[in-house]
Amino acid sequence: MKYYDRLIFELSKSGRRAYTLPASADPASRFAIPAGLLRAEAPALPEVSEVDVVRHYTNLSQMNFGVDTGFYPLGSCTMKYNPKINEEIAAMPAFQGIHPLQDESTVQGVLEVYYQMDKALSAITGMKHFTLNPCAGAHGELTGLMVMRSYHASRGDFARTKVIVPDSAHGTNPASAAVCGLSIVEVKSNASGLVDVEDLKPLLGPDIAGIMMTNPNTLGLFEKDIREIASLVHDCGGLLYYDGANMNPLLGVVRPGDMGFDIMHLNLHKTFSTPHGGGGPGSGPVGVADRLAEFLPTPKVVEENGRYRIVGDAPLSAGQVSGYMGNFGVILRAYAYILMLGKQHLALAGKLATLGANYIKESLKDAYKLPIPSVCKHEFVFDGLIDDGSATGKPGATTLDVAKRLLDFGFHAPTIYFPLLFHQALMIEPTETESKETLDAFIDVMHEIAREAAEDPDILHGAPHNAPISRPDETMAARRPVLKYQDELS
Amino acid sequence: MLERVGVKSLDDLYADVPAGFIYKGEYDLPDALSEQEVRDWFEGLAARNTRLKVFAGAGAYDHYTPSVVPYIISRSEFLTAYTPYQCEISQGTLRYIFEFQSMICALTGMDVSNASMYDGPTAAAEAMRMAVASARKKNTVLLSSTLLPNVVKTVETYAKYFGTNIVMIGSENGQTSLEALRRAMECGDVAGAIVPGINRFGIVEDLTGFAETLHEGKALFVEYCDPSALAVLKTPAEWGADVAVGDGQPLGIPLCFGGPYVGFMACTKDHMRKLPGRIVGETVDGQGRRAFVLTLQAREQHIRREKATSNICSNESLMALFVTVYLSLMGPEGMKEVNEKSYAGAHLLHDELLKTGKFEEVFDKPFLKEFVLKPLVDVKALQAKLYERGFFGALETEEGYVSFCVTEKRTRAEIEALVAAVKEV
Repeated sequence: MKYYDRLIFELSKSGRRAYTLPASADPASRFAIPAGLLRAEAPALPEVSEVDVVRHYTNLSQMNFGVDTGFYPLGSCTMKYNPKINEEIAAMPAFQGIHPLQDESTVQGVLEVYYQMDKALSAITGMKHFTLNPCAGAHGELTGLMVMRSYHASRGDFARTKVIVPDSAHGTNPASAAVCGLSIVEVKSNASGLVDVEDLKPLLGPDIAGIMMTNPNTLGLFEKDIREIASLVHDCGGLLYYDGANMNPLLGVVRPGDMGFDIMHLNLHKTFSTPHGGGGPGSGPVGVADRLAEFLPTPKVVEENGRYRIVGDAPLSAGQVSGYMGNFGVILRAYAYILMLGKQHLALAGKLATLGANYIKESLKDAYKLPIPSVCKHEFVFDGLIDDGSATGKPGATTLDVAKRLLDFGFHAPTIYFPLLFHQALMIEPTETESKETLDAFIDVMHEIAREAAEDPDILHGAPHNAPISRPDETMAARRPVLKYQDELS
Repeated sequence: MLERVGVKSLDDLYADVPAGFIYKGEYDLPDALSEQEVRDWFEGLAARNTRLKVFAGAGAYDHYTPSVVPYIISRSEFLTAYTPYQCEISQGTLRYIFEFQSMICALTGMDVSNASMYDGPTAAAEAMRMAVASARKKNTVLLSSTLLPNVVKTVETYAKYFGTNIVMIGSENGQTSLEALRRAMECGDVAGAIVPGINRFGIVEDLTGFAETLHEGKALFVEYCDPSALAVLKTPAEWGADVAVGDGQPLGIPLCFGGPYVGFMACTKDHMRKLPGRIVGETVDGQGRRAFVLTLQAREQHIRREKATSNICSNESLMALFVTVYLSLMGPEGMKEVNEKSYAGAHLLHDELLKTGKFEEVFDKPFLKEFVLKPLVDVKALQAKLYERGFFGALETEEGYVSFCVTEKRTRAEIEALVAAVKEV
């Protein structure tokens, strides 16, 4: 990776072109929109040649690190390898060229993907039906909570305005609940990092719509009291929501539907290997138990005698949550992945992901603080270095320093400072697509960094040394916001 | 590896899971396939879709995609990266998002853009929530009845759960009625209004007086726009809007049955700290070199949890790159040409359809690439004839009109063939 400093606007030269367009259908046409409806000046877009564009974005790409670049042990993000056949399928013109409002008779192939995907995800999770309309995990959470509220409302129960969220939850859980008009009650974790059942009990009552759980939780621990939690929540009339961000280790081992969950979302960009795209597009399908199926959003696909139909409205449906039917291009990739792996290999993925995480944990616990020593699932959390080097008289090396030093060795950093339960949290998730050799190389580097920290923590404080840029001034960015090219000029 | 972990088998890794929860069955899924078999399977499905010459819009527009765009966005350094948490090795992503924000601001005239949203309708829903958050204690948001139906439905869904009242504003001669807006403001509870720049009839709305009326009542003016058309049309900033939202799909993004697309959201400086979603800002690194970071994160869910401006914790990043590369290639001249050619084709089709005697004019208002006519023939028969000839058009509106859309991709020969098909109905 190397530093490259241009913005596309800085390559602009008046009159330069990078496009060709077909001849006008009516060359005699005069553009006659009244002047009062037109903009005063043309937009300040760059004027560049095709080669300028290609070189510029190729240079930008070379300042980026992806799964194809190297190991990406980012906890809770499931950065598994993205198979290339999936890209080829998603790029097929017979899918890319389809308008979302075409008549059902002309899109039977598209609708079959929706139908088969619903069936496949239901088989994998033990739920009854899925909607594929949400565009991301957080969007799925919001949709699932809408389903939860619709269910209570359908029974005339409007008093359930609170949702319980564990203190170890992803930040999106409480945020999604707030967007859905619910207030949040936090349940504490116990010393073993699990939901404290005794702390939960007094929170339950007629005002509880449900609980949002991540299992395994963000510490990578299986919530083994889930049976008791499920019956407590159900007994008080609430529903159980499963945050599928951590579904990967359960592939082939445990189905959320069997644990008593009523509603869940999956992240196709995590568990089902679709590329993260620098932060999207993703897909966050929501699955529900049988009795909640009628509350799923519309539009939805149904099958009748081998023909597929789109249902636009349904009386009890939570409503429409996105423009059409979600990110079809992402759904295609994920279904290709399911077909490639098949039932056997998909069922093995979870166990191999769990093995990799435990292998790293056991290999590094001599150098990094392991607050919870039990067997983890797909990920685990260290609480910083055992020896941060402060004995040298210099300031000790922090988790941030370890993360930045990893970049110098060609690895992406783990998730840092999350979950909030540990001050120096360093959350590692290797995924099943990494070889033992890759894990060993990572372990060696983590040991090397721990040695550096103990001997001279300043090496870490200054890291990264080999990245395209060194640590930026984030305070200045927030204090004097420059949020577009034009701001820079003024 | 098992030995290092201290277990005898993979199953032992799940010893903490209550035995009753261990799935003993086999997934009801096919056996593993080879690449060739997967490709064949999807090709079989593809054959059950019909590719049509698209003469419809309604929120998804068949504009041309230059070959450079898919080429760039399939570079794996962009495609397989996560959200730019480690900014030192994510300068590629952060720079193109900064460029995206700059281009959205150039098109809308707004001061600040976020890093993108899921799609246009959800961006409109976020604008609804932003209006309520900005206006203390007021809880009604007005929607123009000329907005696309999927925008209205999505905003209504979000509003139902968020607890916001939605009131529809009527239209007059195919355009949002300023008089109806004024009347709706009288309740005193209006936090904002969402009005389209180009509406579901294809009409370019004259929004004169909207900003004054809304601002007088301390309500947020949100314009829902087509960013492709904004290259020539009066900008939300020029109309006095506070927030501009819309879908980036018309900027060359393939139809792909409705997604992935990309929503955008931009606002004036005054509302910057209420904007949901990611925002990239410029700063310097330790050596004083220009660098880019995620900024103003105090608005976001990982810091603020339930008090965040939104639950969105990502953007539609790769599609934001799509739009950025597209706009770089097209430039101001290319965008002007896209609009002029779409206009030329749409007006040609409009006039030729009227000449067939099978339609009547509905509105006498300026339109760009999309228009509605009142059919004098059976709509189902008309649509069936178009399908038979390989066209997709004549989408029926709730009033019983039919809408057509023509982009720069449609040739004179295609337009003539469509008109010939209509004559047979």
